[in-house]
Amino acid sequence: MDRPLRLVTANPLDQLARTLEALLVVAGAPLPLEELAAAADDDPERVELALGLLSGRYQEGRSGIVLETVAGGWAFRASRDAAEACGRLFERPVQRGLSQAAMETLAIVAYLGPCTRPDVARIRGVAADSAVAGLVERGLITEAGRDNGAGGAVRYRTTPLFERVFGLESLSQLPRLDDLADDADDLRERLQAVAGQRSA
Amino acid sequence: MLVVRELDLDLDAFEGPFDLLLTLVLKEELDLADVDVAGIVLHFVERLAEREQLDLDVCGEFLVLVSALLELKARGLFEEEAAELADLEPEEAAEELARRLAEYRRMKEAAAWLSDRLGTERDRFFRLGPAPLAPEPVRQLAPQDPEELAKVVRLLAAEPPSVSLAHMALRFPPVAQFLERFRALLQRRSRFDFDSEVEGLSRAEQAVAFLALLDLRRSNQISISQAAPFAPIRVMRVEEETAATDERTPAWTARSA
Repeated sequence: MDRPLRLVTANPLDQLARTLEALLVVAGAPLPLEELAAAADDDPERVELALGLLSGRYQEGRSGIVLETVAGGWAFRASRDAAEACGRLFERPVQRGLSQAAMETLAIVAYLGPCTRPDVARIRGVAADSAVAGLVERGLITEAGRDNGAGGAVRYRTTPLFERVFGLESLSQLPRLDDLADDADDLRERLQAVAGQRSA
Repeated sequence: MLVVRELDLDLDAFEGPFDLLLTLVLKEELDLADVDVAGIVLHFVERLAEREQLDLDVCGEFLVLVSALLELKARGLFEEEAAELADLEPEEAAEELARRLAEYRRMKEAAAWLSDRLGTERDRFFRLGPAPLAPEPVRQLAPQDPEELAKVVRLLAAEPPSVSLAHMALRFPPVAQFLERFRALLQRRSRFDFDSEVEGLSRAEQAVAFLALLDLRRSNQISISQAAPFAPIRVMRVEEETAATDERTPAWTARSA
C-alpha cells in the first residue's frame, strides 16, 4: 500500500468559504450574493454552495456567531444565547422607545411606501411630521424621491436597517394586510360570547 | 396601560369592547343612530380619570376614532344637510369614512405585528457600520494601435489656432473728424447721400459717421430723410425754406423759423 493515508478530505469549497467568512466579518451591512461573488472573484453558484457550508457551521447552538440571510443579503449576527451579554455591552438606540405613533407610521411606510407625510397623515388622521423625523433619525426610513417629480412632497421608504432590526429577509416577508385585519371569525365569536353573557 | 380598543362599554344599544362596536358599525350590523356616542366618551373619560398619568397617545387615538364615529353618525342622521355640505353622497361619504377607518385599522394591526416582531427579535445583535468604500474600479482600455495613438497625440500636440483679439483693438475715429467732413461737404453741395459717403469705411467708422450725422441734426444744421427702412439716407442742408417744408420735424421747424 503505497498510497498515503488521507485523514481529512479537503472540501474544494473550503478556500472559497474562508474568503467569504473574511468578507462577511469586515462588512458593515448584509452582502448580496452577487456582491460576495464579485468580491471573492468566483462563480455565484459556487459561492452559494460555500455559503450553505458556512450556514451549517454558523448556526444557533453551534457558534456564538450566526450566519443569516437578512435585508436582501448575507450577514453575521450574534447568537441569541449571547444576547444578554451583548446587551450589557451595547445600546440599541434604533429600536429603543419607539412610540405607538412611530410604529403606525413605520407600518404605513413599510406597506404603502414610498409614500409622503400627507399620505401618512391621511391614514392616521394626525400630522406625521415628528414621527417621520424620528424614524429618519433612527435610520429606519429614508427619503425616496418626490411626489410628481421635483417640487412635490418628499416620499419615504424603509431602509435595509429596518429589515435587519426586524429580522426580515425582505419586505415581502411582512404579513399580508388582508390577513392582518381579517379577524371576522374572531369578532363573531366574541360577539356571540357577549350576546351569551347578556342573555344569561 | 389603557388600550382604547379594549375600552369596555355598557351602553343601551351595545355592551362590549370598543373595537367590537367599531367593527359592528363598519359591518353595518349595528345602526350607528342607536349608539350613544356621548356615553362612549363618558366611559373613556371615567377610565382616564382613574389613572394618574395622562397618556396622550391613547387620548389622540380615542379622539380620532370617536370623531370619525361622530361624523359617520351625523351624516347618517342628517342625510340631506350632509349632502348639501359635501359633494359626496351621504352613502359615499359614509363609505369613504368606513374605508378610511378600515385602512387605519389595518395599519394599526400592522403596527401591532411590527411591535410583536420587535419583541421577539429583541435578542438580535449585529454589527452596525457604515457601508465599506469599495476601491474605484480601474477602467481597462482596449489594446490600441501605436500608430493611431501617435496620430491622436500629434493632433493634441499641435499649436491651437490663435484667438483673434481684433475686437479689443477697435479704434473709433473721433466724431469731430466726420463733423468737419460733412460740414465741408455741405458747403459744396446742398444735399448728399449718407450711404454713398461712408461706403468703403469700416463698420465702426460708419457708426461714428452716423453719430456725427445725428449731431448735425441736433444742432439743426441738416435735415434727414429716408424713403423706407434701410433705404439710403438723404442728408440736406437746412435753409429757411427747406426747414419749413420738413414735415417730420415740426419742433425743429418752429425753432428755426
